[in-house]
Amino acid sequence: MISNLAWIFFSTLLINNFTLAMFLGLCPFFGVTSKVDTGWRLGVANTFVLVIVSVSAWALNTYVLTNAPYLRTIAFIVVIASMVQIVEMIIKKSLPTLFRELGIYLPLITTNCAILGLALFQTTRKYSLLEGIFFAFGAGLGLTLALSLMASIRERMDLADVPVVAKRMGLVMVIASCLSMAFMGFAGMGSG
Amino acid sequence: MTTDIATAAEAAEPIVPGAPPPQPLRLDFWRGIADDNPVMIQMLGLCPAMAVSNSLENGIGMSAAVIFVLFCSSLLVSSLRKIIPGEVRLASYILIIATFVTISDLVMQAYFPLLSRTLGPFVPLIVVNCIILGRAEAFAGKVKPMRAAADALGMGLGFTLALCTISAFREIVGNGTLLGFHLFGPHYEPWVFMIMPPGGFLTMGLMFLVMGWWGERKKAKLTEVAA
Amino acid sequence: MTGHAHGHGAPPAPTPDAGSSSLRLTVTLALFGALAGAVLAYTYQKTLPPIRKFAAERVEVAVKEVLGSPAKLDTLFLVGDRLSKTPPAGVDALEAVKLFIGSNASGEPTGVAVEEGSPGFSGEVRLLVGFHPVTGALTGFKVLAQKETPGLGDKIIKDSSFARQFIGKLANPLKGDKNPTTDPSTVQTITGATITSKTVIKVINKAVETWKPRLEAYAKGGGQ
Repeated sequence: MISNLAWIFFSTLLINNFTLAMFLGLCPFFGVTSKVDTGWRLGVANTFVLVIVSVSAWALNTYVLTNAPYLRTIAFIVVIASMVQIVEMIIKKSLPTLFRELGIYLPLITTNCAILGLALFQTTRKYSLLEGIFFAFGAGLGLTLALSLMASIRERMDLADVPVVAKRMGLVMVIASCLSMAFMGFAGMGSG
Repeated sequence: MTTDIATAAEAAEPIVPGAPPPQPLRLDFWRGIADDNPVMIQMLGLCPAMAVSNSLENGIGMSAAVIFVLFCSSLLVSSLRKIIPGEVRLASYILIIATFVTISDLVMQAYFPLLSRTLGPFVPLIVVNCIILGRAEAFAGKVKPMRAAADALGMGLGFTLALCTISAFREIVGNGTLLGFHLFGPHYEPWVFMIMPPGGFLTMGLMFLVMGWWGERKKAKLTEVAA
Repeated sequence: MTGHAHGHGAPPAPTPDAGSSSLRLTVTLALFGALAGAVLAYTYQKTLPPIRKFAAERVEVAVKEVLGSPAKLDTLFLVGDRLSKTPPAGVDALEAVKLFIGSNASGEPTGVAVEEGSPGFSGEVRLLVGFHPVTGALTGFKVLAQKETPGLGDKIIKDSSFARQFIGKLANPLKGDKNPTTDPSTVQTITGATITSKTVIKVINKAVETWKPRLEAYAKGGGQ
């Protein structure tokens, strides 16, 4: 039981990292990773939403959509959009400083593929409530890790002498490839 | 001929604020394939472009689903543009998109079960593919259905072009095959790295580097001519 | 924001305030929702038969492969911790956890097949494991899902000699060795894919360990 939960958590965090191995959440990964601070803050906000969405998706699958699996995609996206709105309101009320720091990135969480992806993967893998929560934490912290790593490399890149040709996305993609390769080194740690 | 009529009809309708300027249908169509290619220029839809591009078959399957969803939702959004209230337009667009995505997912599960199993949750994930919502908001919701359809087809084919190029390259290098046919004989040792996740990022990076080099060369030539 | 929205009203008579009352918004959205639901329900009804047919066929092909095309095939479902002829209440037969029993022409069971999985090198490895219900000798296995390294770990699918050596081995428990062996409960692992090979062995041991006692309890209860 515990080893299963640990496997779900660590494999999602490292081996099958949402961003670096499954290509989910690439928009913030490339869009908002120019500063380390914003990078990890956005990661934490995403983790929060991921856990809430995981629980909601589990509840929807177990109690509401048992006879109508074809409404899953619509139901998930509606729930995600409303959850992000609620989280936004809560943060605005209770943590106004954080709200100002997150700014536009907060509503943009809705269209982050990582969130819908989590709900969908959790459904196909038939995770229980607890497994889903560990899955969400692993995915969220994995996203935070990827965002922070990418942001710290890009902060250095600003000071480096980069050929004009590679100035835009080219070099960033190659760096992402190296990060992804590094994360492949974690494979195999879950078995044996 | 037809383009002239379309332009005339477009001019007769009062211009909606923020709407794209009227132009021949031909240009609406070509823009998505070349100058405004969703993946290569606008850098939208990167997630499917890398996640399911490890074989050409996957690339074609994904492209077909995206073209279907993009075309149908653009057409519907454009036809309903006077009925949908502005305040709830995004919610309505997402509802329309999610419906078509679910239809394509169910049809794929029923008639292309093996492909559907490989693509898995990446088909329902088309809902959050920025290309589709982006076209609905920026274009289809503001123009006549004919223009929306031309634009959707162009954007869809532009996505297909990019995805198929990437996936063909990755399959050839990473597996030594194209659509499952062996190309190089038994002694070719495939560069397996390319069909794994880092290969996706690398292929994309190489493509952007080549395009950057191309752009720089063009710019240099222009200045040479000017001087 | 509102300025943007005005553009969507009919240009000759832009009536933003009257046209955007919350009642109208709610009604439009509800109407859209209902329409979407109806269209999807219809598509689902139309596509369900082929989807279910494919899922059932896929299981049948795998089971026949693992059990060597038995004359008769029965299905038992897991209810709680016991086997039963009917699936647990409210669970679809296709989705339920189950065990397949293959018998020869005279009705004698020749092998059972069960699904089991365990974390491999980079993702879960799921197998359909076939073994003899009495002796525990393996009749084969089929990989249902895996995400192992192409060219190395995926040899458990692509290298047929790896799968073939399992037939007739005893899982009491099964062990792996990197050298060729004639031991009845040892198989040779794949060079360069030790972890994946060991995962396959682990899954097979797990399958026999968990399902053989259940089967024996079921037989003792007179097949109830």
